[in-house]
Order: sequence, then structure tokens, then C-alpha cells
Amino acid sequence: MQIVLFHLMPYADLDLAEGRKNGTVWVTLPNRNFDPEKGHKLYNRYLDELEYGEQLGFDVLAVNEHHQTAYGLMPSPIVTASALSRKTKRVKIAILGSALPLRSHPLMVAEEHAMIDVISGGRLITGFVRGIGAEYHTFGVNPTFSHDRFREAHDLIVRAWTEPGPFAFHGHHYNVQYVNLWPRPYQKPHPPIWIPSQGSKETIDWAAHPERRYTYLQTFSPVKVVQRYLKSYRDTCTGHGYDAKDSQLGWAVPVYVGETDASARAEAKQHFEAFRNVYVRMPIEMLLPPGYTSRESLKNVMKAKAQMFGDVTIEQAIELGLFVCGSAETVTKAFEGYWGEMRFGNLLVMCQFGTLPADLTRANMERFARGVLPRLKALT
Amino acid sequence: MLFTDHFVEVDGCRTHYRRAGKGTPLVFLHGAGGAPQVLPFMERLAQRFEVLVPDAPGYGQSDEPAWLENIHDVAYFYLDFLAALKLEKALIVGTSMGGWMAMEMAVRNTSRIASLVLVSPAGIRVEGGASGAEPADIFLLSPEDMTRKLFYDQKYAEARLAAPVTPEGIDLQLKNRHTTARLAWEPRLHDPMLPKWLHRIDVPVAIAWGKEDQILPVAIAHELKRLLPQAELTLFERCGHLLVQEKAEEFCDLVERFACK
Repeated sequence: MQIVLFHLMPYADLDLAEGRKNGTVWVTLPNRNFDPEKGHKLYNRYLDELEYGEQLGFDVLAVNEHHQTAYGLMPSPIVTASALSRKTKRVKIAILGSALPLRSHPLMVAEEHAMIDVISGGRLITGFVRGIGAEYHTFGVNPTFSHDRFREAHDLIVRAWTEPGPFAFHGHHYNVQYVNLWPRPYQKPHPPIWIPSQGSKETIDWAAHPERRYTYLQTFSPVKVVQRYLKSYRDTCTGHGYDAKDSQLGWAVPVYVGETDASARAEAKQHFEAFRNVYVRMPIEMLLPPGYTSRESLKNVMKAKAQMFGDVTIEQAIELGLFVCGSAETVTKAFEGYWGEMRFGNLLVMCQFGTLPADLTRANMERFARGVLPRLKALT
Repeated sequence: MLFTDHFVEVDGCRTHYRRAGKGTPLVFLHGAGGAPQVLPFMERLAQRFEVLVPDAPGYGQSDEPAWLENIHDVAYFYLDFLAALKLEKALIVGTSMGGWMAMEMAVRNTSRIASLVLVSPAGIRVEGGASGAEPADIFLLSPEDMTRKLFYDQKYAEARLAAPVTPEGIDLQLKNRHTTARLAWEPRLHDPMLPKWLHRIDVPVAIAWGKEDQILPVAIAHELKRLLPQAELTLFERCGHLLVQEKAEEFCDLVERFACK
């Protein structure tokens, strides 16, 4: 199995009471709550943590994109991935992903990713996402065109990476007379493409299509939901007449490894609960604007609203498999068990979450790297 | 007056409309919430006019055509709708999103339009960020907050909130909301190009607005009056966004008086 160290780079210095009072740390939390001096320290701390991941033996370092929120301070994962591409030598670097419909020109994404791929000597893993619902509020992009723009932007990017330029591209949302990318990507035909998602059927169908076979990542969901969607991805591949490779599946999950189960829970509790109950929280109207999902999916979420939008304790989260926490032995056994059931070829672990401070994050990474990572890497 | 249900295919869109009464045709263009039921003001207007209440494309019982991408598509559609039903000298009455649609129609072609009544219409914004002129964020409000903001007199909101919720009702709300987002998400609830062409409206225009409108504040009414100097502007005291419900009698008086001019 390939093990990915995934970082959200949250604003860990957030005044949690302010976040709670506002009801969400997305879209509407006034940016006077962001202190640039604290931000300076956080960015450098987080980049150090990712770079340390290479030393500890992780296969991939992953960053992602979120806008106007304390949940993650990476409106441009290009910036962080660029920094990593120079500071690291061996690991792959994953951008999970660039939010295509939010970008006014997909060629910029094609160019930036190609640059990082060339600078890093072919170590880039590209990811494409639509951005989460809240980002359609912050950016003003019409969510009812989200899927259309995503697919068309993707087509333009992949053609720009693979077809000899110059050529003309005429789409519904994007029109370019001269597509002629400088630089072309280092990897042939192009960097691997991963698709992180919360499980929309449209996304699974699209990613699993035989022309694409993109690696599908289920992000931060109860393990039953992860199982359902990874199975749905495999079934969709079968429906297309081929078997999904394990490398086409991934799961992104926060992890905390302590000396013992009890100490792990005690150390992680307030930081995980801040993550789940403050940083992640938003009203349904913000999470799912019209057209972002099908109306059927929206109705299902409305039905599950009480469960999804209420507070969750660390104990409940561990029970749900929303969080994997315990001694190295407990965490290893848990992942071995989940792997046996789901056979995901990529595990993305978030070793920092919410307010988890630097010392606990490092200790967590080290215990994971020493006691868990070697045995999980050996799973094939 | 009994409204009857009809369907007509216009531009490949199977379109539902209700119809009642005889006389001058009056086409009522609904707002973001659609026109799921016959309301008292429709009944009263149908005593004087031939009232037609279409569900716009993407709303109510009408189709969701693939071509529906923006407010201009709706304008051309409604012009074709007037032609398909052979309506002449029609009075177009539009509220909120419907008022915006009425203006977009009239800047393009008034050959079948006698006059416009715009009831707290969307469609323009007050430039320069004047305070109190920004619309409510209808896509971020919870359903309850939205309902409360629609009315000045909260008894209307209470009645609406107390009404039973049916699965069909939810489906209809989600469909209407989707289309409203498609047409009005960005730019939010207005067309920046519209003010350039409002001078093309060469038929009489009446504007009606509730002074306590919390969705589209009354400051927008004054801006619209500035852009349409020939229009007659009537402001209603103690009235919110859904003027046609909150001030049904006064509103019908206004329409009848205006139509006689």
C-alpha cells in the first residue's frame, strides 16, 4: 500500500469560541480572526511537518485547496506544492486537488501542474476536484454549472498535456484558439490523476470510466460510507467490463497514534473534536448549494441532517471509523482490518487536524512512521 | 373564478400554465418560489382580465430544458410563449424574478406587450455599494429565515411555516431553487447589461414595492425609477417582499387602475 501524508494546514490558532459563535469557519467568519504573524509561523511549521514526512518514509506528501476558511490555509495548493518540490528529493507530491470549476482558466492549472511536474522531475500526482459547496458561495461561481465546468476544464487540461500544440479548443465554457503548453509535463503521458470526493454518484461514474480509470479517494467519512463508495467505484468498473486495481482506490482519514490507546485518546480529544465540531461545521445551505449535487443526493443529506450536522465526540468518531486513534498496535490492526475488507491501495493519513499543536503532531507522525507505516506498506 | 390547467409546448419546453377569466390578457410571471397554487390576487384579477399564470421553464410543472442557462433564455422563451398563445396587447405582471424576466422581455420586443407591472423585481443592483441596498443572500438563508424575511406581517410567515410538508412539495421547492440558482447565482439576482437597454422599454411601466422588503430592499426601487423615469412608482407601507400576498387588494386596485390608463 502507498502511504500518503496529507495536510490541510488549518488555522490552528483560531479562537474556537468565535468559530462556534459564527456557526461556521467557512465563508462568513470575519477575516479579522486571521493573524498574519501567527499565519507565518503556521505555514512554516506545516511545511516543515510535510518535509519531515519524507524523512520518516511516507511515499507521498499531499496538499489541497480551500478558500476563505480557517479549515485550511491553502487557497493555492500550487504554492505549497512548489515549495515542497524544491525541498524534497524522493517523495511524490500530490495536489488533491485543484478546484477546476472555480478557476476562470483551466490552462493555468495545466501550466502550473506541468511546471511542478517538470521541476520535481516527474514526482507530481495531480488531483482534480470541484471545490466544496461553500466555495461556490465564496467565489460566486454558479454551482448549477459545476459538473459541466469540471468535465470541460478536465478535457482541456488533459488534451493540453497530451496533444501536440498548437491546437484550438472550442468548448461551452472555455474557448482557446491556441493551446500550446510550455512546459509540457515531465511524466508520460501526464501525471497520474486522483479524484478526491465525498461520494457523488456523478463523480464515481466519471472517474471509473475505462477511458480514465482515475484513482478515487473517499475523504473524511464514516468507515461504512467509505466502504459503500469504494464498493460502488469497484462495481462501476465491473459494469464497464474491467476490474479496478487496488491502486485506483484511496481513503483519506485523520489518524492519531499514542503510546497507549488511553493516552492517544486523551491527547487527541480536544483537537479532534475542534476539527470535527468547529472547523468542519457548516449549514446545509452552505455545504450543498443548488446543482452542486443531484437533487436526490441533496434529499438524502437532508434526511441524515441530524446525524451529519450535530456534534460528534472522539469516542463516537472512533466507533464510526471517522477517526483512527490508539496505540501503534491498535491503529495498525484497524487499518489491516479495513484494508482486508476494502483493498484500497492508497491510504492518506492526516497526522495534524484542527488545533493539534506541533509537538503532538510530530510525536504522532513519528509513532505512525515507526509502528504503523512499515506494516501497512507491506500490504499488497 | 375557476382556474384551469393547461400545457403548451414552446421552444421544446412543455410548459404548464393556469388560466381564468376573460378580457385583456394579463400574464403573471412568478418569482423564485414559483406559483404552486392559485392565490387570492389571481382570483380577483381574473374577474377583470384573462389571467394566465405560466410556470417558467425549470419551475413548477414545466420542463427543465437543456437550453435554459440564463435569464436571456427565459426572456426569449416568454416572447415565444406570448406568440404561441397568440396574445396581443398583454399586460405583463411580474414579481421578483418574474419582474426581472418581464424587463428582459420588454427590452427585446414589446410588440405583444401593452404595459408592465413590476412588483419588487430583481434584475438591477444599486451601483456604488449604497448601504441597505444589497439583496438578502437567498441561497444561504435557512428555509425558516427565508420565509420570515419574505413578509412584513409575520402572520403570513407563520401560516406558511405551519403548512404540512409533502415529498412533492419538497421536490418542487428543490426544482425551483435549482432554476433560480441557474438564473440568478452570479451575477447575483441581476443582469449588469440590463440598465444599458432599459431605455428600449417603450410601453407604460408601473413599479410597486414594499417599504419593508427584506429580500430586495426598497433602495432598489428608487434606482429602478431613476433608470425608468417614465415609470410610475408606488411604495406600500408595512409591506415586505411578497406584496402580491400581503397587499393583495391594494395591489389589484393598482393593476386595474393602471390598465385603464
